[in-house]
Amino acid sequence: MTKLRLATTWLDGCSGCHMSFLDMDELLVDLAGQIEVVYGPLVDRKDVPEEIDIALVEGAVSSEHDLELVRKLRANSRILVSLGDCAVTSNVPAMRNHFPVKQVLECGYQQNADRNQSIPSDVIPALLPQTRPIHEYIPVDVFIPGCPPCAKAIHFALAALLKGETPDVHELTRFGA
Amino acid sequence: MTPSSRVKTLTIDGRPVSARSGETILKVARENNIFIPTLCHMDGLSPVGACRLCLVEIKGSSKLVPACITSIFEGMEVSTKSEQLDKYRKMILALLFSERNHVCSVCVSNGHCELQTLAQTLGLEHVHVPYLYPVMDVDASHERFVSDHSRCVLCTRCVRVCEEIEGAHTWDIMGRGAEAKIISDLNQPWGFSESCTSCGKCVHVCPTGALFEAGKSTAEMTKRQFLPYLSLMRGEKND
Amino acid sequence: MTPDEIRVSAKKYRAERTKKKHHVCVCMAAGCLSAGSDVVKTALEENIEKEGLGDSCEVRGVGCLGLCSAGPLVSLDKERVLYQNVKPHHAGDIIKSLGKEPVKEIQCDLDQPFFISQKKVVLENSGRIDPERIEDYLAVGGYSALIEVLTNWTSSEVVDEVTQSGLRGRGGGGYPTGLKWSTVAKADGTEKYVVCNADEGDPGAFMDRCILESDPHRVIEGMTIASFAVGAKLGYVYVRAEYPLAIDRLRKAIQQAKKFDLLGANILGMPFSFDIEIRLGAGAFVCGEETALIASIEGKRGNPRPRPPYPAERGVRNQPTLINNVETYANIAPIIRHGAEWYSGMGTESSKGTKVFALAGQIKNTGLIEVPMGISLSEIIYEIGGGIPGGKKCKAVQTGGPSGGCIPEEHLNISVDYESLKSLGSIMGSGGMIVIDETANMVDVAQYFMEFCRSESCGKCVPCRVGTVQMHKLLEKISAGDATVDDLTLLIDLCDLVRNTSLCGLGQTAPNPVLSTLRFFRDEYAALLKPSSATAAADE
Repeated sequence: MTKLRLATTWLDGCSGCHMSFLDMDELLVDLAGQIEVVYGPLVDRKDVPEEIDIALVEGAVSSEHDLELVRKLRANSRILVSLGDCAVTSNVPAMRNHFPVKQVLECGYQQNADRNQSIPSDVIPALLPQTRPIHEYIPVDVFIPGCPPCAKAIHFALAALLKGETPDVHELTRFGA
Repeated sequence: MTPSSRVKTLTIDGRPVSARSGETILKVARENNIFIPTLCHMDGLSPVGACRLCLVEIKGSSKLVPACITSIFEGMEVSTKSEQLDKYRKMILALLFSERNHVCSVCVSNGHCELQTLAQTLGLEHVHVPYLYPVMDVDASHERFVSDHSRCVLCTRCVRVCEEIEGAHTWDIMGRGAEAKIISDLNQPWGFSESCTSCGKCVHVCPTGALFEAGKSTAEMTKRQFLPYLSLMRGEKND
Repeated sequence: MTPDEIRVSAKKYRAERTKKKHHVCVCMAAGCLSAGSDVVKTALEENIEKEGLGDSCEVRGVGCLGLCSAGPLVSLDKERVLYQNVKPHHAGDIIKSLGKEPVKEIQCDLDQPFFISQKKVVLENSGRIDPERIEDYLAVGGYSALIEVLTNWTSSEVVDEVTQSGLRGRGGGGYPTGLKWSTVAKADGTEKYVVCNADEGDPGAFMDRCILESDPHRVIEGMTIASFAVGAKLGYVYVRAEYPLAIDRLRKAIQQAKKFDLLGANILGMPFSFDIEIRLGAGAFVCGEETALIASIEGKRGNPRPRPPYPAERGVRNQPTLINNVETYANIAPIIRHGAEWYSGMGTESSKGTKVFALAGQIKNTGLIEVPMGISLSEIIYEIGGGIPGGKKCKAVQTGGPSGGCIPEEHLNISVDYESLKSLGSIMGSGGMIVIDETANMVDVAQYFMEFCRSESCGKCVPCRVGTVQMHKLLEKISAGDATVDDLTLLIDLCDLVRNTSLCGLGQTAPNPVLSTLRFFRDEYAALLKPSSATAAADE
């Protein structure tokens, strides 16, 4: 049996959803037989591969890099999953939307910096004017809200997708869960 | 029960039920454990029919009616569920989430919020209308309570409980449309309100984390159900 | 005063009114006034004095003469001459020409369709009498309907007559007036109220303002007859504070009517009392919605509440309340005077009588017109309105204000009646009619009205409060060329939601300008959409 090719990534988020993914514990062993993780923070690969079956996207779209990455993932994936509140609702990252980007950067890199008070220009990607959920940029197939969604919800969703079904996770997780 | 009230029969979702004349569809449905989502409604406060989540279908009428305020009649055939109602309710919830800044994960009412629970119950797993991200105030001037307008859904329960139960009328609404805002007194900071008795009723009827007790952190704000109790004390008919 | 004394006085005023040889009538309604008609009036008076014609000439301030775009207007009542764009320096020529050839330079052709195609019932006195003098109104037969009703009719006969006339509410909904009256008459209540809705707020609409400015006593007479029919003792005129001249004239009219015992306790010495109070609206469009209007009259925030119960059952202070629009009340006296049969002889099968429209937008003759129901829109636009200026083509006509819709050029042969307009996705509304020429983009038109609805939503119910904001943002996005077909789908979904779930009429009809432009001008939307949705970025 060919394994499903799974990609994961986090955009503007805290990686908590990935931690929750790892919290599947022994269930991961079962999944490992059916899934090959082809891209993401859990594997060492820099470019987005072709022909991804399922992409789990954590985090909101905040920067030009986020946008580029999520578009690429969308283009290369059969099923794209919005994983967690940042991806689904833009959550905490969007709390910066009430301030202009310049003010956000000044606050982070100058006012609250102890050393080297300067706004980086080359090494980090430029912020978009606002942080927004990913479905406002690309079509999303499955939404798993939660901050983070519990391991059970993630497993439920993946198990359904492996069976070719559309998961309905609303009994297992919710906004802010 | 007034002397003129009569017992009527009707059906809700095909189930025959009985009710007293003058009762609302919502009351009869709840008596029979039929779920109708509500947000602005609260037993013990006057109904306003504002959130539109409790809209139901009535056979023979093309218009949807709010269950919280519509009286039953003999032979009425009510449907509380349909594909269309489900779509409308989800969309109304989506509009509410998009309107202000509901960040459930860091909200004092996380886990005890009626808006959050409704989203889960009705299966709203994402908000398909664009978020508006308005800049909203937090008023922490009161020594015991805080109001965070980002989380307000303008249900006006606080306005009604303050006027109808406490009798202080500290809260009211200012402005129109999306600019509408709950204010204390004549838009003074809450802590400077001369009419507020600090009774806290508004905090406990608030369906979200818009009004909460100072010092409460994420998920710590739980609400007390005191209105049925108050109604009993006041010798009113127990709903 | 007794009915007989009023009749004698009226006769006297009629004689006085026609005594002088020349009547120079200057329009003193807000339109002409803002163009300087008051200065023209003073100049005319000075010239009469200068020429020593005081005994044979009289200058009169009158109500709206209709052709607002050509103001200030001056009419010579007896000679059937109308002058347009009159400046103070024309006064000398006008006075010198009296009894001779009119001043050609400023003469307006009274035989043009604008004047001859109209049918004046509501506006019969408009431009003929001085709205600030009850004597003028009495002289032309004013209050005779009230006297007739109070001396010879029973209240149910009045209701029957109004029912027979087929009059329908002129505020927009078109609810049968007689039915409403009979409902209020039959309703149980310790007190009953009669309310006149003069909170005219549609963009481009000024019918009610003109009626109040030109003939306020007609509204008072209509309301008093209504109060007799339904058994009310107190009436309110809810008028927007932005109409200071109308308010001023209404106030004066109420005082005068009281002085003549036509209003107040024991009207004309009979055991019937009725008083009218004025309530000023603070500029909220939603206060034109009847339940919001009632809340505002009661001194509360002008928010609508769900109906039923309808105001006819529970209105002001929870008592049975009759609410009609200014124009509806203005129709009552002529119906009583000439009979229901006469009235129902005008108009179509389902829409009787005449309708006043405020013509505005890209049209040659802007102003106030009154036409029989059943006239075609094209007659109004091309004949009465004189067509589109600058050789441009008409694209659509917007009727019914923000709750109405746009009727495209190819449907202009439609008959103006409640049902026909509704069949095209618009409404009669209160009578605003905005003509849109070919240079306009219909998405912009929809956006304009949605912005109006968004800022005028009271904010009580969620679909209207948030839905109008979202719809407006989507229209902006479409206009800017940033939207995809998904955005259009969402817009249509929102229209459906807001229409079917909003609490009051304002919300329920807020999507109409979008729906009607989508119905007839979908290609204009489509032309602005970006091709693909899959790769499109969100806004910002």
